[in-house]
Amino acid sequence: MELFTNQVLAGIATGAIYACMALAVVMIYQAIDHLNFAQGEMAMFSTFISWQLMQWGVPYWAAFVITLAFSFAAGIAIERILFKPLTKAPVLTNVAGFIALFAIINSSAGLIWDFTIKQYPTPFGSAPFLGSQLISTHQAGMIGVTILLLLGLYFFFQYTRIGLAMRAAASVPESARLVGINTSWMIALGWGMATAIGSIAGMLIAPVVFLEPNMMGGVLIYGFAAAVLGGLTSPFGAVVGGFLVGVFENLAGTYIPGVGNELKLPIALALIISVLVVKPAGLFGRHIVKRV
Amino acid sequence: MSAAEEVVAEGHQAVEAVPKRAMTLGTGTSLVVLAALLIVPMFVKNFVIFQMTMLLIYGLAVLALNILTGGSGQFSLGQSAFYAVGAYTSAVLMEHANINYALTIPISAVVCFGFGYLFGKPALRLSGVYLALATFALATAMPQLLKLNFLEHWTGGVQGLVVTKPDAPFGLPMSQDTWLYYFTLIVTIAIYMLSVNLLRSRSGRAFMAIRDNEIAASSMGVNVALYKTLAFGVSAAITGIAGSLGAIAVQFVAPDSYTITLAISLFLGMVVGGVGWLPGSFVGAAFIIFVPNMAESISKGLSGAVFGVLLFLVIYLVPHGARQIAIIGQQLVGKFKKN
Repeated sequence: MELFTNQVLAGIATGAIYACMALAVVMIYQAIDHLNFAQGEMAMFSTFISWQLMQWGVPYWAAFVITLAFSFAAGIAIERILFKPLTKAPVLTNVAGFIALFAIINSSAGLIWDFTIKQYPTPFGSAPFLGSQLISTHQAGMIGVTILLLLGLYFFFQYTRIGLAMRAAASVPESARLVGINTSWMIALGWGMATAIGSIAGMLIAPVVFLEPNMMGGVLIYGFAAAVLGGLTSPFGAVVGGFLVGVFENLAGTYIPGVGNELKLPIALALIISVLVVKPAGLFGRHIVKRV
Repeated sequence: MSAAEEVVAEGHQAVEAVPKRAMTLGTGTSLVVLAALLIVPMFVKNFVIFQMTMLLIYGLAVLALNILTGGSGQFSLGQSAFYAVGAYTSAVLMEHANINYALTIPISAVVCFGFGYLFGKPALRLSGVYLALATFALATAMPQLLKLNFLEHWTGGVQGLVVTKPDAPFGLPMSQDTWLYYFTLIVTIAIYMLSVNLLRSRSGRAFMAIRDNEIAASSMGVNVALYKTLAFGVSAAITGIAGSLGAIAVQFVAPDSYTITLAISLFLGMVVGGVGWLPGSFVGAAFIIFVPNMAESISKGLSGAVFGVLLFLVIYLVPHGARQIAIIGQQLVGKFKKN
């Protein structure tokens, strides 16, 4: 039984990483209706920017805030310059655009900062949290930040005018335009916010997985899986999905014989798919009804 | 957010409708292309012939995805898994059971059809990004499954299997590469014609009806479940054939040749060639074979970025892929004829 609780705790700790990323995924999905394959790379690039700032002697929290502002601006710029011209293009063409963006960011980061693994500092320290060997203060801090982020987003979407406008633009663009919402800029704003959230995720994840251009590959996959499991329309679902995927993954690795590190991912994905077969819109997703 | 059900107005489907006749090339153009494919290998080096063989093979794999996505509107990131099953079926049969390479191809088609059909069953419940995730899971699982210990005797584990390249039959005076090229060409033409006919048939119309509107299709009496799984089966079978040919051409199969990267390449090939336009599959295959090499030669360190920029250029200029160029060309010819 102790093994079980320990594994669940460890799962929650890794789940926090996935939850962070899933939150960013859901944000952008709300705004643009696609899964952004380049999201992880964008987060990685932001993390590198903050690392570079710290190398130049900027203190952690200052670097954090600067990176956040930079990511927000960069997200908007990417939407305006690269993806606005593709608004009328077919969906699959947009997906190809994300893959292109992925290749560009990954390769440039590799050229600027090379592919060696770098240490990344944590503001929370890495002592055991409340005496538990499995969760460090950093991981506890990460869970705390994720929950704060979720609350912040909830209040933003529910109680601010601009949050309401973004929701309107995402769910019924035509009607939103009729009441005077600039839907095109709402999409850009969505990109900006998603990139900023992604950069927070990146900066929290980097102390755990270490900083290098390919650090986000695995994390993004789990982030997608978590977002899909929780339901792509629900930020709350994304966070719950993230923790569930973390726990799933750990338990599968411990209890199913013959599952090494390599088979963890396929098994986690298979579990998620079996959940989706029962609940096709995810655990907390809105069921979308199509008009014929 | 609220859990209220939401109604989405029509006109926002994932894959746009392509008129049936626009899915193929005219007879004249086809004959010119065919002649070029027959004659060119006589004048080029073996390496170029090998690249042309790979182009046909990837073209087949992209074509298979095109039938699934462009035809029936189902999205797949798992094509690399079907490709791997085809490749391994051929390799194992050739190396362990000493079966003739040409005979292994129909066998792997049947195996892959079964595999794809069965996979299509649970996938029926899913669509859009959810289906993408499911197929993606298949693609990430496949290399790991091929490495499993109890299969190692057959698959060779991480090491993979070496496949012997066949000689030209009947004492034909041509190199192994040239023979393999013509062999691939024959298979490709046969499959291309079958695919064109499939999409023109009753089943093809059913695929397209499902793509355009599933609910409407089912109320018109189309058996949605049957045709969706059938599309998966057919697509997997063709991808499997491509995989078999690929294994014979490369003379080697290993789990790590069939990762998600392959599936993403095939997807890019489909977009560049034009979703739902079968001849475009081969244009897309050319893109995924040659453009990465080109990017590498422009800049070694930044090859990924160069590739990304080139891809962006293509999708800006022709968001509908090579099909758009073909349509523009057709209109120009039409104008020319009028004058």
